[in-house]
Amino acid sequence: SLSLSLSLSLSLSLSLPLPPPSLSPPRHDLFGYVGIEAVLDQMRRKTMKAGFEFNIMVVGQSGLGKSTLVNTLFKSKVSRKSCSPNYEEKISKTVKLQSVSHVIEEKGVKMKLTVIDTPGFGDQINNENCWEPIVSYVNEQYERYLKEELYVNRKPRIPDTRVHCCVYFLPATGHWLRPIDVEFMKRLGKIVSIVPIIAKADTLTMEERQEFKQRIRQDLNANGIRVYPQTEYDEDPEDRILNDKIRENIPFAVVGTDKEHQVNGNKVLGRKTKWGIIEVENVAHCEFTNLRDLLIRSHLQDLKDVTHNIHYETFRVRRLNESNLTVHGLALIIVYTHTTLEFRILESPPESDLQYTVANTATASCFYSIL
Amino acid sequence: MTTSDIAQGDKNARPLSLSGHVGFDSLPHQLVNKSTCQGFCFNILCIGETGIGKSTLMDTLFNTNFENFESSHFEPKVKLRAQTYDLQESNVRLKLTIVNTVGFGDQMNKQESYQHVVDYIDTQFESYLQEELKIKRSLHNYHDSRIHACLYFIAPSGHSLKSLDLVTMKKLDSKVNIIPVIAKADTISKSELHKFKIKIMSELVSNGVQIYQFPTDDETVSKINTAMNGILPFAVVGSSEEVKIGNKMVKARQYPWGVVQVENENHCDFVKLREMLICVNMEDLREQTHTRHYELYRRCKLEEMGFTDTNPESKPVSLQETYEAKRHEFLGDLQRREEEMRQMFVQRVKEKETELKEAERELQGKFEQLKRLHSEEKSKLDEKRRSLEDEINTFSKKKAAAELLQGQSFNTNANLKKDKDRKK
Repeated sequence: SLSLSLSLSLSLSLSLPLPPPSLSPPRHDLFGYVGIEAVLDQMRRKTMKAGFEFNIMVVGQSGLGKSTLVNTLFKSKVSRKSCSPNYEEKISKTVKLQSVSHVIEEKGVKMKLTVIDTPGFGDQINNENCWEPIVSYVNEQYERYLKEELYVNRKPRIPDTRVHCCVYFLPATGHWLRPIDVEFMKRLGKIVSIVPIIAKADTLTMEERQEFKQRIRQDLNANGIRVYPQTEYDEDPEDRILNDKIRENIPFAVVGTDKEHQVNGNKVLGRKTKWGIIEVENVAHCEFTNLRDLLIRSHLQDLKDVTHNIHYETFRVRRLNESNLTVHGLALIIVYTHTTLEFRILESPPESDLQYTVANTATASCFYSIL
Repeated sequence: MTTSDIAQGDKNARPLSLSGHVGFDSLPHQLVNKSTCQGFCFNILCIGETGIGKSTLMDTLFNTNFENFESSHFEPKVKLRAQTYDLQESNVRLKLTIVNTVGFGDQMNKQESYQHVVDYIDTQFESYLQEELKIKRSLHNYHDSRIHACLYFIAPSGHSLKSLDLVTMKKLDSKVNIIPVIAKADTISKSELHKFKIKIMSELVSNGVQIYQFPTDDETVSKINTAMNGILPFAVVGSSEEVKIGNKMVKARQYPWGVVQVENENHCDFVKLREMLICVNMEDLREQTHTRHYELYRRCKLEEMGFTDTNPESKPVSLQETYEAKRHEFLGDLQRREEEMRQMFVQRVKEKETELKEAERELQGKFEQLKRLHSEEKSKLDEKRRSLEDEINTFSKKKAAAELLQGQSFNTNANLKKDKDRKK
């Protein structure tokens, strides 16, 4: 994750004269080589050394192929099923979240991958509120990160357990979204990036698949559900074009397997049936490669950025405002000068930014709102 | 940080081998692409006496003309002048801020010189801290104004560091990455330069000044960085003018006795400075500023305010508890102050009341007195009026009597006259 902040807008320094901040700085042409572009290499080197973290959550009823899909995505046995020695296929009575982490490496790039499983989701007879443990888990991770961020002595690298991506498995019914799907995605879509997929899509013909996808997209729209990539977070026109293409195609219809078969002399990942071999990595057969490319090859960093810059910040704003509200609806702000510590109580509406500058301090003053 | 921070940091994560190509090796590229879109920020602070060549060196370093003007030597205080420029090389956009000291070393009394610089650096940290502590913040859009590198220009005296230099660098070494450079190095001969460098480094070490060390933990660059660490401080020459050497135009300074070529490594260390500052370690400078200097500032600031992570019994204290404790303290304090103010207010009111009562009484007294005087006057006047009236009455009676008498006498005279006339 990015630990440095990069910026576009100008600063507003408080005590010394600076050029007017609203104008963009003068553009200077370089007369010759300077070496600025070498910074890209430097950055690449540093991030490779530090390594990456990625936390992916899989949600769906049992039997939809979650473990298999995750194993196929990462070409190794990363799911809990595959690495627990005493794993028993049982339907658990409640939704319990379990995570397992692995360190994988490819061409010098090290990644700590955490797969969070949600056994029991949607499996009960009464599934009301089955999303609550999941919502708590997601918020708990944000809470943990926030705590670490607020320490006085904080770690140089805050461990990131926040859920970067939640893959939601839709059964290939061919009809519409079910109430549980709508309820889950509505709630989770507000706090985490959801990537819905059609699981075990080899039971749908191409036409059925297209129709199903269209219906799902309509349903999502009708219910105001925002799935990844969200339109409002497109950063520039290029991004928008790229993401529009993806949005036209979601949810991806996937098939997962870890078995290989011979097709035309090549070894391919596929599911062998009496009527043919479904090639997982063949775009004509299913959209697994689209999903893999989205999640790993092109948008992994973006998923992390959206989680950090948007979902986490939203949580943080809500959390800090909440705790302020417990003080009888007033906001407690600590205003300090460089030498003394003064406290002021101010009233403010809960949603606004709590800014208050002290008129009688000569030097920079700061406000600190605390949990 | 050692080579595999991720793997070694977490004991729960088991290494796993992949059976095929997954594709996350593109992650560094994804990250770099994003950063390229957003642009980079780099802030350099140049400290040095007026006329030592700071602006010229910046022009030479970034191969452009920053349109600076000469400063006067008569500044009453040290000022800092910051200017931001938008540079682009191939597809990399750099927002470069150059902060120059104005009037450094010019004053008669240089005791306060370093304070302005320290204050400036602290102010930048403060704005970042403020942004970080806001409720609604936008850190990834924030224009980072914290100083990433400080080039300290040493005058080429050939002897040793000035005391101003030592004092300033000592104050700054825990706040910013200091890279000392020997300015106008074409005035020192090679042998003198070697001795000068050794003297400077030993003085820095003996005074405990921590200058920036180029990082040697990454194998790709450790060799070159270690070598460069031994050549510090860099002896530089800056020039924006070009001279024809052979069949090329090179940046150089032309003297009657020869031409000093800026980019000739035999003539000066300019190329090395550019390599180290920009091509090899720019990212490290930014990282050190954020993870070391800024964290130190933040920690000190928060501790100053009374926030700790553990209470006196060394149990972890959550911010919630600290907040509760502070809140109690504060509310108690507030109550006390309120009481004080209330007491003071009541006191003042009492005083004012008595004052007013006094005044009222006084006024009342005066009024009574005046009234008395007035009635006295009135009665006097009444008496006088009465006596005057009496007089008038008496007078008019007399007048009437006199008139009557006169009338009678006139009549008598008239009768006498008539009688006289008759008698004639």
